[in-house]
Formats: sequence, C-alpha cells, structure tokens
Amino acid sequence: MNDVRIALHAVSKVYGKRAAVDAVDLELRQGERVALVGHNGAGKSTLIKLMLGLVRPIAGRVEVLGANPADRRAINVKRCMGYLPENVSLQPNLTGEELLAFYARLKHRPVAENAKILERVGIAHAAQSRIATYSKGMRQRLALAQALIGNPRVLLLDEPTTGLDPALRHTFYTIVRDLRAQGATVLLSSHALAELEGQTDRVIVMSQGRKVADGTLADLRRLARRPVRIRVTLHDEHVTLFPRIAQTALEWHRISERTFEVSCAEPEKIEVVRQITDGNLSVADLEILAPSLDDIYAHFLVTESAE
Amino acid sequence: MNAVAIIAGKELRDGLRNRWVIATTVLMAALALTLTLLGSAPTGTVGVSALAATVVSLSSLTIFLVPLIALLLSYDAIAGELERGTIALLLSYPVSRSAVVAGKFLGASAILAVAAVLGYGAGGVALAFGSDAVEPRAWAAFATMVGSSVVLGMVFVSLGYVASACVRDPRTAGGIAIGVWLVFALIYDMALLGLLVADQGRLMTVGLLDVLLLANPADVYRLLNFIGFSDVSRFAGLAGLTQQMRFGAPVLAAVLSGWVVLPLVVAMLLFKRREV
Repeated sequence: MNDVRIALHAVSKVYGKRAAVDAVDLELRQGERVALVGHNGAGKSTLIKLMLGLVRPIAGRVEVLGANPADRRAINVKRCMGYLPENVSLQPNLTGEELLAFYARLKHRPVAENAKILERVGIAHAAQSRIATYSKGMRQRLALAQALIGNPRVLLLDEPTTGLDPALRHTFYTIVRDLRAQGATVLLSSHALAELEGQTDRVIVMSQGRKVADGTLADLRRLARRPVRIRVTLHDEHVTLFPRIAQTALEWHRISERTFEVSCAEPEKIEVVRQITDGNLSVADLEILAPSLDDIYAHFLVTESAE
Repeated sequence: MNAVAIIAGKELRDGLRNRWVIATTVLMAALALTLTLLGSAPTGTVGVSALAATVVSLSSLTIFLVPLIALLLSYDAIAGELERGTIALLLSYPVSRSAVVAGKFLGASAILAVAAVLGYGAGGVALAFGSDAVEPRAWAAFATMVGSSVVLGMVFVSLGYVASACVRDPRTAGGIAIGVWLVFALIYDMALLGLLVADQGRLMTVGLLDVLLLANPADVYRLLNFIGFSDVSRFAGLAGLTQQMRFGAPVLAAVLSGWVVLPLVVAMLLFKRREV
C-alpha cells in the first residue's frame, strides 16, 4: 500500500485575493478510495484541477504518477487518468456511443471497449440515442462512462453523486468499489459526509482552502471527540427514582415525562450503561446515539472557523 | 489518429448534425444561383462573360456573408465550452491546448469548405449549363473566388477564436465577434474612403493605401478576386485601383494566409494562459 499515485506538497492556489487552496499536503495511494469533503468553495474542485494540471499552483509541487500533470511532457500520464467534472453538459447532438467513441480515440483506446462500459454504467439501451434526449441521471452515467475509458489508474470524480437518485448512487459506489479492487486510486469529492459511510477508505476534510482533517472515518470520530448520547426511558413507576440515576455525577436532561438523556465521552459509555442497568430501575428502553458523520463534519468546520 | 484530426472530425460531425453545414450550403447556393441568373440577364449575349459578372457580384456578397458565418461558427468555441465544462474535460485527456484549437479550426474550416464548394459550385454548374463556351480564364477566376472565400472564412474563424479565448462569457465573445465583423466588413472601408477624401492626397500616398488595404483581410480578398482578371476588375469598378496595386495575386494570397495564421496563433497563446 505504499505505492503513492498522487502527491501534493505544500500546494497553494490563489484566485484574485482569495486562497482557493492553501498549503495543502496530501498523498493518495494505490487501491485507495478517498473522499474530499467540504462546503462549496472549500477548494475541492481546484484541488482536483491541480491534480489534472488544468490549473497551475502558485506554490508547491503536484505529482501524479510520478510526473507534473501541468507539464506538457507529462501528457501521456493523462491516458491513465479519468475525470468526471462537477458540471458538464455534453454535446447534445451526438449519441452516447459517438461521444464515448470520441473520448476513447483521444485516449488511444479501442472503441470496441465502449459497449462494455456503457453496459456497466447502465445506459447500453440508450447508446444510439442523442444525448439531448437523456435524463439527468443518464447524462451523469454517460459522464461517468467517459471517465472509465481505458481502466484508469487514477480516477478523479468531482461531486459525482450530487443530485443523483439513490439507485444511481448505489450503482455508482459499486463501480467505485470494483475499481478499487482492481487497484485504482479513486478520489471523489462530496459535500455530504453522511453518504460516504462504508464507501471510502479515507476522508479529507477541506475548509477555506485548507486541509483540516485527514483519516479514516473512525479516525475522524476519535479526533472529533463528539460525545455519545445515552437516552433512557423508564417505566412509569420508576420515574420517581430518577434522582438515583443522577448520582452518576453526569448531567442528565429530562427530555420527556419518562425519558432522560445524558452526554458522555465515548470511553465512558459502557460504565454509564452499566450503572443504569445495574440497580433496581425498570428500564423500558435504552438508546445509544453515536455522533453522526454530519456532527463530526460540522465539528471540523466549526473548529476551523473558530481558529 | 492524432488528437487534432479526432477533434476536427468531431467538430465536422457536430456541424453536420446540428445542420450548420446544410444551412450554410443552402444559403450560399441560393445566393450563387440567384446572382448567376441575375448576372446573366443584364449582359445578355454581348459583352463580357456572365461568369465574370457572377464572380464580381458573388465575391462582393461573400465579403459580408462569409465572415459573419465564420464568426458565428467560432465565437462560442472556447468561452462556451469553458462555461459548459467540456473544455476542462477535454484537457483532462492527453491533448494539448494548441491541438484543441487546431482541431476545432480544421473542423470549422472543413464545414466552410464543404458549404462554399457545394453552394457556390451549384452556381457554377448552373452557369456551365446555361451559357455556352465560357472562357477558361473566367473559370479560373471562379475557382479562385471559391477557394479564397474558404480562406476568408478561415480568417474569421481564427478571429472568432481570439474573441472566444480572451473573455469568460460566451455572450461577450459573441459581442466582440459582431464588432469584428462590423469593423472589417463595413466600417474599415468607409473610414478609409473618408480618410482619402479628407486628406486630398497630401499624406496618403499610394504605398500607404496599399498597406492599409492589406491590413483588412476583407480588402485583401476583394483585391485578390478583382485583379488579374481584366473582365472582373472592369466590372468591379476597381479598375483604377487594381491597376496601380503593386502586389500580385501571390502576395495577396500570402497576406490572406497570414491573416489566418496570425490570429490562430494569438488564440492559441491566449488559450494557453487561460485558467479552466
């Protein structure tokens, strides 16, 4: 897993006076699915364009498959890359098949492989229809199809699932999983952390051009140290025994007639649960609410802007 | 196949698909046929060849029409594709920026060539059938007119790319393109004429006038089609001008080609500096 496919060293990019990317270091390795998360304008698209060599950094160094992607001599590196732009309107007058053939020729790949790709993204039936007749989902599938031409070793997907229906999202993540199994490096940007659960190996959180977090979802959970909430619902007759629970020296909130809630740090949660279930309390229900990914995401963004 | 050819092929196919080619061809054929029929009416059976009259009237119209078509074909090429995100996608492929411009340019040139050869060719064919024994020199003038019309179109395709490469918004590029058309097709000659009248021959020497004429591709095209063919230049009322013109057809052809290449190179350089 030490095969580094993409490396950024202290890369910065400024648009006007605004720092779109501010001294970012990162590494993407072989067979890794990495999610780039951040608000609109956090620098995700610029970061991807830097990796494609579409934008030149004002400082720092970008290396993709061992070459500088903005260098003319590195043009062949792009044969091993696939890119799905954030917003792209593909030529409406061509058919899906024709457009894909065009892109395959540019990548020096046999056009015959395209049928399989169209099958894979699920628009084989519409291959001979003009793109103007495609639905939004079909267009996004076609845009993904062009990124898959030639089994790229590096795939950069800019907000690929934004605005997609759940079925398509599922297809999409299945394809990404297959690609990773083949050893491809997949970077995808998103502004919703929640849908990435189980779909990524690593998450990079961007805020105002800076990298504010980088790690697995479990790492981020640990780093964020968001409290676990425990919610207890008691049987009627035991509500009066609430003061006993309160003895645990934690701050309980009564959130309804029979329901109480406490926040505690992750490592303490077992102890708290033990105390509750230990005694003579008749507990009707017990819920442990782990912090959601969106809570964690919010934590990183809030911490960042507070600095 | 190399990237330039692939992109050119796609542009041409796009042009065929969205009916640019057919519309332009029909327009040019309609003009050529109308002028052919009108052109042979006044000359009748005496006087100069009907073909010469057609070359004069058709090339005078070409000066307005072809640059407009070429600019419409090109102004959106870079700014529009930037807006639609297709340029970023295209450049993520192993394609250089100059190959993108060159490919688009060749595709647009092919569209113009097809339209001019078929459209004006229709007029030529009608003439060949309608009148007997047209002298070969008149056919050469006609062929020069068709060929130089394509080159004139290429000039304005290049100029359209410059407009498209230097602004962000395709609508602004469209505005610039219209401005370019107005200047070269209309205003330039009027201004030059005004200058000549006002100057009364004090500062404006013949040499300076020649240079000023070469500075407008539309005038180069006009001179190229009017000189050398005595019939044509007499008809065009430019006999005096073309006789004192120091440049021959090869020089004019070279200048017109320069007008293709120079803006194209500028467009490539501008595009190279663009952030996508």
